[in-house]
Amino acid sequence: MTLLETKHLTREFGGVIAVNDVDFIVKEGLVTGLIGPNGAGKTTLFNQITGVDKPTSGSIFFAGSEITGFPAWKISRLGIARTFQNIRLYKELTAVENVMMGLHFKVGEDPFQHRFIQALKSYVFASRENREVYSKAMEWLRFFDIDQSAQEFARNLPYGTQRELEIARALAAEPKLLFLDEPAAGMNPSETEHLMHVVDKIRSLGVTVVLIEHDMKLVMNICDQITVLNFGMKIADGTPNEIKKDKAVIEAYLGREEE
Amino acid sequence: MNTLSLYMQYIVNGITLGAIYSLIALGYTMVYGILKFINFAHGDILMVGAFTGLLVYQGLAGAAEPGVWTLMSFFIAMIASMALCAVLGVFIERVAYKPLRNANRLAPLLSAIGVSFILSNGAAWIFGTTSRRFPYPFDNEPIHMGGVTITPHQILVIIVSIIMMVLLAFFVNKTRMGKAMRATSLDQNTSALMGINVNRVISLTFAIGSALAAVGGMLASFDFRVYPSMGTMTGLKAFVAAVIGGIGNIQGAMMGGVLLGILEAVGAPLLHIPNGMRDTVAFAVLIIILLVKPEGILGKNEREKV
Amino acid sequence: MLNFFQLILIYSGVYAMMAIGQNCITGYTGMLSLCHAGFFCIGSYATAIISKTMGLSFWLSLPVAAVAAGIVGFLIGVPTLRLKGDYLCIATLGLGEIIRNVATNINPVGYNSIPRVTLFGYQFASRNKLAFIILIWVFVLIFYLLFQRLAHSRIGRAMTAIREDEVAAASNGINVTKYKIISFVLGAAVGGVAGCFQTAYTLTVQPASYTFMVSVMVLCTVVLGGMGNGKAVILGAFIIQFISYFPQLTGLTNVIPAQAKQIIFGLILVVMMIWRPQGLLGRDKFRYGDPRSFSERISDTFRRKRKGGAV
Repeated sequence: MTLLETKHLTREFGGVIAVNDVDFIVKEGLVTGLIGPNGAGKTTLFNQITGVDKPTSGSIFFAGSEITGFPAWKISRLGIARTFQNIRLYKELTAVENVMMGLHFKVGEDPFQHRFIQALKSYVFASRENREVYSKAMEWLRFFDIDQSAQEFARNLPYGTQRELEIARALAAEPKLLFLDEPAAGMNPSETEHLMHVVDKIRSLGVTVVLIEHDMKLVMNICDQITVLNFGMKIADGTPNEIKKDKAVIEAYLGREEE
Repeated sequence: MNTLSLYMQYIVNGITLGAIYSLIALGYTMVYGILKFINFAHGDILMVGAFTGLLVYQGLAGAAEPGVWTLMSFFIAMIASMALCAVLGVFIERVAYKPLRNANRLAPLLSAIGVSFILSNGAAWIFGTTSRRFPYPFDNEPIHMGGVTITPHQILVIIVSIIMMVLLAFFVNKTRMGKAMRATSLDQNTSALMGINVNRVISLTFAIGSALAAVGGMLASFDFRVYPSMGTMTGLKAFVAAVIGGIGNIQGAMMGGVLLGILEAVGAPLLHIPNGMRDTVAFAVLIIILLVKPEGILGKNEREKV
Repeated sequence: MLNFFQLILIYSGVYAMMAIGQNCITGYTGMLSLCHAGFFCIGSYATAIISKTMGLSFWLSLPVAAVAAGIVGFLIGVPTLRLKGDYLCIATLGLGEIIRNVATNINPVGYNSIPRVTLFGYQFASRNKLAFIILIWVFVLIFYLLFQRLAHSRIGRAMTAIREDEVAAASNGINVTKYKIISFVLGAAVGGVAGCFQTAYTLTVQPASYTFMVSVMVLCTVVLGGMGNGKAVILGAFIIQFISYFPQLTGLTNVIPAQAKQIIFGLILVVMMIWRPQGLLGRDKFRYGDPRSFSERISDTFRRKRKGGAV
């Protein structure tokens, strides 16, 4: 079943077309890889979908309804979470506080109550709510086996842990769809190996994953579906085996062979 | 006087005022271009420039009759004031901003507010709060030209401003150091890798910006008198000029200043804004410009990279 | 001398209240606003108008001031809060001046001989400073507790997230604009209430006194104590007022120039940013699930830590 679909999605930056008429489909329950050479528009596509940036034209559908142009916070509440290419943790806060931020709308919001009543309740019963948020956040840290760092400041954590913490923060919102922007960037082979287990764990929660990645071994190993972008345009999509054999993809990565 | 020549007069006054704003705006814009932060103390540097200029001028010319000597004294005072402000600007950068280059984004701003406070209150301590007149170094007999009156001091303002801006344009566009400055404003890290001494470029930027502010301050003091808090309002207006022209853009600051000067000189009488409300209107215009066109006319819309 | 010491306690109470508001805006949410003098002015005028012009009770002016300052905060906040740090700072500076100019145009001479505050038949006279100290500090305590709770709630956490990283906050489902406005309105409201107490004590209101200088003093209070830390901000208010009244306290008014305190405030801003940006007390280190013992907490509070400690 299709969970997310973009139709003719285009983003221009003052004459430069970063994403050009892209139809991107994410099927529920699968791990989808988004690959392409540098500057192919992968992160721009992520930013359009997650509301960090607005598309110039085209539309985005999530779980059957249109979300084009929604602000980021709304999209996140609909069930799309993300991490960032250059890790955006709350650096001056502790690891557990970071995950608590991810739980912002998970604990203490009741859609059947007026927003003002909700806020008042969150305020009056803050200690009780905090305990709940804290224990949930600790559960997420335990899930990734980083609970021993709960009271460390995010900026003092090792790089790999920071990546995991960012994923934990995103997952805390219990999204249906998780976008990972180059999760393995800057990791050594053993950290990358570990990341594969992490992605498997996420998949086991029933969360659909989309990841941008340059590490081909990782992509070919863990992705069920791959979409390839080049110069802002989609040049191929299919299973890893199909992509490996795709002429357009080989050309994009290795250049055209002289005839 | 007919309406046309009345407005011609306003425009002439506006250009004079605008030239001063431009000189000051250049300092805001150059610093923003390189450090991406607003030097809150810039307005107070222009005040220091005006005071220095006044004191040196009085020391040299004394009560002499306007003539060649007074005019020479004025230019000597200007050079002295530029030199002192350049040193002051570099000193402030070294002490108050440089240690904060990698700090939280609020830190340099708060530090700059502190510096501004130290300068204006320090001046009030030393010079007292009464305002002083800057004597004209020449006979300020108005010249009538077809319904428009122009005073020699206006001519002086415009000539000096043009000279300064031409020199700056030459420096930024034609010299090695100017090139380094432009490179640094595009990308500090890459410039450093290319062998540019970024610290030197930043110091130089502060030196040039502050020297221009000193000139601006001296020229402004003919109209506005000299007093410790003179930099606040003039500085803010110059800042608006820099925003109008697109902050970080040198040509923009020059244009923005002149545009703002003309708007102020023509707009205030045209809309019958009472004197007591002028600053309020100026602030309101400032806020509206920040809200509606924060990227200015020539500036490009910068967005945060995610 | 005792007289001035009591005066310091009264004014540090008023400034502590303002600083609590400024701390909500700058410390929690990370917005550099420079118009607290404006909110202060609104509160003072509210009390003056309600108790003098309308002849109503001072106590009524407290909610009126809070609401009026809150509404003005809202009107200022909605358009300006989407501006980036530096621009917000300049825009709010302008707005603070506009509020003062408008107040001056409404009543250029201000108000004099405003009726005294009464509570259950007791009249607070300006010469009985002790009563004022108690009155004001009771309210400081109330606001401290209210805002401390705010900081440690879902709402306060959302504000902190915005301070740390707006883009990440939005991706966590936090409505950045909404929380910025909440923070600004609450901060403005407390600033307004502080103005009421100022008027209640001095019984005069002069529009010329609500200058940019007041805003910087409040900002300085927050920076000195420690941005985001409720206790620290109150400590900051006390130190700032001590510096302000130092010449009177020591009888050195003839020796120390009037500008000395402003110069010191400027120096505080610069020196604190370079030496100790987290303020004298710094931020609360572990807000949730603190593993330390009580004594460790106390010693950590006063220990200077630049690297590894909370900033």
